[in-house]
Amino acid sequence: MVHTLFNHHSVDEIASLRGLYTKAYRLMLLARIMDEKFASLYRMGKIHGGVFLGRGQEALSVAVGLALRKGDIFAPLIRDTAGRLAFGEPVLDAVRTYLGSPLGPMRARDGNVHRGRPREGLLVMISHLGAMIAVVNGALFANRMKGIKGTVGAACIGDGGTSTGAFHEAVNQAAVEKLPLVLIVADNHYAYSTPTERQFACASLVDKVAGYGIEGKAVDGTDLGACLEVLGEAVSRARDGAGPQMIVARLLRLCGHGEHDDASYVDPALKNSPLGRDCLKVAEAYLLAHGWADGGALAAWREEAAQQVETCVAKVQREPGPDPYKEDWCALASKHLSEGYEPASGQ
Amino acid sequence: MSITYLDAIREAQARALQEDPRVFIYGQDVGSFGGAFKATKNLAQTFPGRVIDSPISEDAMLGLAVGAAIQGMRPIIEIQFADFSTPGFNQIVNQAATLHWRTRVPCPITVRLPCGGTSGSGPFHSQSMEAIYAHYPGLVVMTPATVEDAYSMLLEAVSIDDPVIFCEHKYLYYHLKAERLPDEAMPTGKARIARPGRDMTLVAYSAMLHEALAVAEELASEGTEIEVVDLRSVKPLDTDTVIASVARTGRLLCVGEAWPWGGVTAEVIARVATEGFALLDAPPQRLNAKDTPVPYHPNLWAVHRPTARSIAAAARRLLRS
Repeated sequence: MVHTLFNHHSVDEIASLRGLYTKAYRLMLLARIMDEKFASLYRMGKIHGGVFLGRGQEALSVAVGLALRKGDIFAPLIRDTAGRLAFGEPVLDAVRTYLGSPLGPMRARDGNVHRGRPREGLLVMISHLGAMIAVVNGALFANRMKGIKGTVGAACIGDGGTSTGAFHEAVNQAAVEKLPLVLIVADNHYAYSTPTERQFACASLVDKVAGYGIEGKAVDGTDLGACLEVLGEAVSRARDGAGPQMIVARLLRLCGHGEHDDASYVDPALKNSPLGRDCLKVAEAYLLAHGWADGGALAAWREEAAQQVETCVAKVQREPGPDPYKEDWCALASKHLSEGYEPASGQ
Repeated sequence: MSITYLDAIREAQARALQEDPRVFIYGQDVGSFGGAFKATKNLAQTFPGRVIDSPISEDAMLGLAVGAAIQGMRPIIEIQFADFSTPGFNQIVNQAATLHWRTRVPCPITVRLPCGGTSGSGPFHSQSMEAIYAHYPGLVVMTPATVEDAYSMLLEAVSIDDPVIFCEHKYLYYHLKAERLPDEAMPTGKARIARPGRDMTLVAYSAMLHEALAVAEELASEGTEIEVVDLRSVKPLDTDTVIASVARTGRLLCVGEAWPWGGVTAEVIARVATEGFALLDAPPQRLNAKDTPVPYHPNLWAVHRPTARSIAAAARRLLRS
């Protein structure tokens, strides 16, 4: 079943929904093509370190990014290529970070999914799960102290991340401070190889929200329409002052934890269940069924996205790698307090 | 009028709050209660909405500080006891300490750690955490030993663009007094010759400075002149001042209240040995707490950490060698 909400609206509303749905689909498609390119480069040995894909989570992710706006705070996790694009991250930032270009936002100091532009609200994840939620809280807390109104912060996490102490502390903190936090849990059924029954004992992760005293809702993460609606509402509620919101999306990770992982442990029954649907294909079928796109349009969009990715990759592959002799090797902003700081030659 | 080390910490925070609207204080019981040690007494009343009680969530407290710093604020986080910084360790060393290096966005947060032993406090309210934080790149670690430094270094901690671990010694809170707050200060990163001497260099920091000064006084009556160096901050560590002192004295004893494995005293000795070996007339020595958790009973605690008595014994041995 595909979400049918869009069938109950006026002509104008449907036009606007069509625009949103189409925009979301095209971002999902771009994210999928980027991920496939990164996987391909990984297999060719062109990427140092890991590659982590968002395959199967694009509908949820894009809905988060599209619900946010300039001035908001976004802490994506490892499977949020689509959400990052929707929030405004340039394709070039992702490519430069994956390929280790010193011209990227992380200057080759950090790689793959560890990228962002904190000054523009796109926080840079550390690897310790749950740790970014309190950072989003802090940004929202600061905005409140500064009298900045109407901003929202979104933090993404997986089912495994909900088991961390950092998750609990930060959700509780957001609830106590009544912060406009939207917490998105992608319950993709595996934390690396560990199935959810080894991760939590409640029937659904959404059951936890009552314990924190916050609002929560479950959504079918394979259904773009449902994701757009539920995330849009949650972000609006947070923006309007209703306090923290938690959305639990049920879906299945349609890839390994990283590209080094063949995911052979995934239960075939889950793959064959409605959870195992590919959200991109579901959205495609919806577009076709509603006459919002035809086969020609879909092919053209795919071609356009592929060209965009190929152009970026070709450009970044021509960029030189980082030069260790031009690094300042200084971890502090206050260079005069840095131990062993020696300015690079010629600087 | 006399001002205690604790007063200085409160006054520095009051001044930071007064002068900089970006500053706020967040920690357990810091609000109307004024903090477990009263380091924020009356600040919540004087600065409404800027001195805020947190849940007992060190990880989230420090994570919040990082997020607020990204948005341009300058939070001061009071950890109730330094020992309790361990649940927030990840946010300090992996989030705060890496932020600027990774993103070029500074992380000006001050983490106040009431540290060190006091009689009867036991294994979990007595720890000295400076070495473990100094180990990580991206952090400044301050260890003020005087009322004047407690005041001026805390103000500097708030003003610099990096995460600062501010190790304030609980033993000094009430014992240490000064006539007035300082008008000027030495910069962080410069050690201070707390007492000049020519026969031996005794390096100390935080509460151990006062044990070291007592030893210097005691040995002066025996005709020995000990030069006492107060490190003030352990990161950055002012190796130049230490080596210059060793060049004058030829002998080095380094004292720390923290545990012996690795740590500040080991670092000082390693630097002097590698950079100033020829200056030494005798093998450099160090004295630390015993390698056990900090004991509860005063009889045990008094022997667990270095004291003027054990430092004097070590100094006499070194002077004979």
